[in-house]
Amino acid sequence: MPSDAVYLIDPSHCGFRGSKRAVEGVRMQEVTIGIAGAAGDGLDKSGDTLAKTCGRLGLHVYAYNSYQSIIRGGHIWLRVRIGDKKVLNHGDNLNAVICLNQDSLERHAPEVNEGGVIIFNSDKLKLDPTLVPKGVQALGLPMKEICKEVEAEHGALQPIMQNTVAVGAVLALAKLGLEEASSVMADTFAHKGDKVINLNVSLLKVGYEYAEKNAKAITKDWSFSKKRRPFVTGNEAIAFGAVAAGCKFYSAYPMTPASTILHWMAAHAQQVDVCVKQCEDELSVINMAIGAGIAGVRSMCGTAGGGFALMTEAIGMAGIMEVPVVCVEVQRGGPSTGLPTKTEQGDLFQVYGASQGEFPKIIVAPRSVADAYDTTVNVFNLADKYQLPVMIISDLLLSEHPETVDPEAFYSDIKIDRGQVVTEWAESKGKFKRFQFTESGISPRALPGTENCNFVSATDDHDEESILISDMFTCEPIRRKISEKRFRKMDNLLKEIPAPKLEGPADADVTLVCWGSTSGVVEEAAEILTAAGVKTNFLVLKWIVPFHAKEVQEILSKAKKKISVEVNFTSQMARYIKMETGVSMDGHVNRYDGEPLEPKEVAGRVQDILKGKKLDLDVSEEDAKQIAYHYLRTHYAEKLRPTKVVQESANGHGEPVWSIELTERATGKHGGKMKVGVHTGATYSFEKEPVEAK
Amino acid sequence: MATVIELPVETYKGPVDPDWCPGCGDFGVLRSVQTAAGKCGVHPKDLLVVSGIGCSSNLPGFIHAYGIHSLHGRSVPVATGAHLANTDLKVVITGGDGDGYGIGVGHLIHAMRRNLDVTYVVMDNQIYGLTTGQASPTSAKGVKTKSTPAGNFESPLNPLVMAITSGATYVARGFSGEQKQLGELIAGGIAHKGFALIDVFSPCVTYNKINTYPYFKERVYKLEDEGYDPTNFYKAIEKAYEWGDRIPLGVVYKTEQETYEDNEPVLKKGPLVKQKLGIPKNVHQELIDEMI
Repeated sequence: MPSDAVYLIDPSHCGFRGSKRAVEGVRMQEVTIGIAGAAGDGLDKSGDTLAKTCGRLGLHVYAYNSYQSIIRGGHIWLRVRIGDKKVLNHGDNLNAVICLNQDSLERHAPEVNEGGVIIFNSDKLKLDPTLVPKGVQALGLPMKEICKEVEAEHGALQPIMQNTVAVGAVLALAKLGLEEASSVMADTFAHKGDKVINLNVSLLKVGYEYAEKNAKAITKDWSFSKKRRPFVTGNEAIAFGAVAAGCKFYSAYPMTPASTILHWMAAHAQQVDVCVKQCEDELSVINMAIGAGIAGVRSMCGTAGGGFALMTEAIGMAGIMEVPVVCVEVQRGGPSTGLPTKTEQGDLFQVYGASQGEFPKIIVAPRSVADAYDTTVNVFNLADKYQLPVMIISDLLLSEHPETVDPEAFYSDIKIDRGQVVTEWAESKGKFKRFQFTESGISPRALPGTENCNFVSATDDHDEESILISDMFTCEPIRRKISEKRFRKMDNLLKEIPAPKLEGPADADVTLVCWGSTSGVVEEAAEILTAAGVKTNFLVLKWIVPFHAKEVQEILSKAKKKISVEVNFTSQMARYIKMETGVSMDGHVNRYDGEPLEPKEVAGRVQDILKGKKLDLDVSEEDAKQIAYHYLRTHYAEKLRPTKVVQESANGHGEPVWSIELTERATGKHGGKMKVGVHTGATYSFEKEPVEAK
Repeated sequence: MATVIELPVETYKGPVDPDWCPGCGDFGVLRSVQTAAGKCGVHPKDLLVVSGIGCSSNLPGFIHAYGIHSLHGRSVPVATGAHLANTDLKVVITGGDGDGYGIGVGHLIHAMRRNLDVTYVVMDNQIYGLTTGQASPTSAKGVKTKSTPAGNFESPLNPLVMAITSGATYVARGFSGEQKQLGELIAGGIAHKGFALIDVFSPCVTYNKINTYPYFKERVYKLEDEGYDPTNFYKAIEKAYEWGDRIPLGVVYKTEQETYEDNEPVLKKGPLVKQKLGIPKNVHQELIDEMI
């Protein structure tokens, strides 16, 4: 939408458009660099180079890769947001874009903000000048020519190496210098030797020099603190936190977006002495983790929503057997296989309701990468102390996005508390009672291998000595007392975990309510709203079970306007809060198209809710183009592209439609027409006009 | 090899008496497990008996040992996790044919493929007993049960063939009517380094009126009486298929292979449960540095 400058919220990134009113960013000097291409183009490596460079310079980075469930091809869209203050999310700006194929160029060139730059290989790709927004530079890189000398020295270059030249160009235009990027290259390719390092540094350099000569910088000078910060994903932080807290056993079955925990664990297994088991299925995964927990090691397993669905029966087993075990559930687009590589917060009720019956458990949703580390470290102590299953509920955005984190966040000074474990038991003390009814509800446990403490961990309900009360003689008073014992654990547990607190101005007009990775977006949205005159604070719900119902009720009943912000269709957290506190929200912001919310989008939507403006769910002109692209890619191998889009009303379809003109990519000739319903999104017709014989 | 100090069978007398039907084959299996543990000199503190759900899966409650009475079909992964966590434990998995060959068969095949160092005793009565008499994965073709009133038209699974071809390294068949031999077979499984599967005819006197004690007594013979060599893979497969008038009892297949535990590098530093928790400061710093 190059001509439509009032779109502050970039339409192509928004499932839903909010207010188009101007709201200014308030935080910092920042620049967002996009890299777009197909799977297999190696753009994640380019992103890493860029991000690690910034991380070493003392800048802050938050990256988000929007990818598809495909190994080669498809469309990959990586955004790297860089700032001189902590970057909370991937934002909604685009100041530079590196396009690695024609499709990416067409998609993303129009999205670049004024003053920005479009970078592409001009030997291979053609940039339609009408796609270039006003005030945006087009920097075509004549790769052959630029790389002539490098090729002379190192031989023919692989196509993937064009990425490095483009990164060099970005380094110049974003004023990031060459020095740190070269050191990143040296470390990245250390295992391949000096020749490869020199080649890559030369490629960066030629790109850098060409851009310096042929384009204007897109940022002002930075002041680099040179504080070196690691660039870490949520899953890496969870895995790191687990082993730092003494996790000795990790089991998993591969499933996006949880697999990178397994990869990290497997890659570091011998360095950190953790036994990593890839299992035949998720049933095995959780049952192994529980078996390891009973035998006395700190154990964890991880999966996505679908795998967790298979695990649910065993979660209840850990509940009734009172076994410490940590299970990570990383949410992705559901239901069923859903959107395997897209983000969503749609599994709250699945995790909450996991397994039949009632039992004490912990459900916690970390909000950031640093918090994911801290949360994981802490839950191992809680699991041991209270002898119960812990579910860490994450989401694809939190788990897979990398960001720079202060190294201090990965603290190593960790107090390990195994809770009440009996290591010696004299026969004279009588029978060891594994499930002794105590005031605290916590019964001292013994690990197999301890003399005189033999007992059975049973899934049937049992008495203090772990003798079943289910088969021959169900004893009602014992059932009542053991249920009460188990649930008594929750009273002290609730006191031990921190209650949620309002963040931002106390006397706010609006309180935003959120959880998980959405917190980072909401924090910035609140700042934007406050700067725009709508004083906004926010409440992040992290500990979900047990829940600080009293405190949350007090906070929310005092709030003037309460709006939930969630990446799901049904506002699950808002419903959960209502169930626990009786407090209803005044409005809901939801996104459920697979992409995460963005701060200006949230700010806009909140303003609309405050004005009582109904959410417009119609197919926009940009949406219509996206729908057309979908069918063209699927059926016509991208030989056509949508060009002109016009709305028609009287058309016999019972709703207005977008009439989309299709143009042949190769010839520029008219190639057909497509009609898409404005309300329903239905494809009413898809006519390809006869193409002249070739 | 360390000398084994045998322990009397009474060592393993459980806190409660079994609640199986009078005459159930599982009594004999329980006794044989206790005998076998004693023969191998496993102290009750070091014996972990893991089961799933079913009549026979109640066994851990009836033996003096550590026990895990887990979920239906999940005894094998629970046992795997427990054994990897503490390899000093002797892990014996007990359960029925429905638990092990039906709902839990996926786990069983993979555990055998891994040659995990545990012993699995399946009390195979060819019927679902606890749920009052439905067809099981080992029910014979044609047999009428509550769930197959017109006769079962599925072929029975052959546990021995499955075990041999899946990678189990000790495969045996016992009969609860032959307790002395059964005790020896289970003891052989416990002493064996690797996955031991012992399929045991353990008649259900209430719901299976075909595969009864007399049925087996008429047909079974002992492999050891015929000078059978269990180390030949192909002969073992052939023997595992023998069924009808003559049904073999004894060790059908035995081989020495590396176990999963042998290959898990982290276990070279001793049982996980005895290792120090957390990571040294220098390693912690290395982990941060690699992300910069």
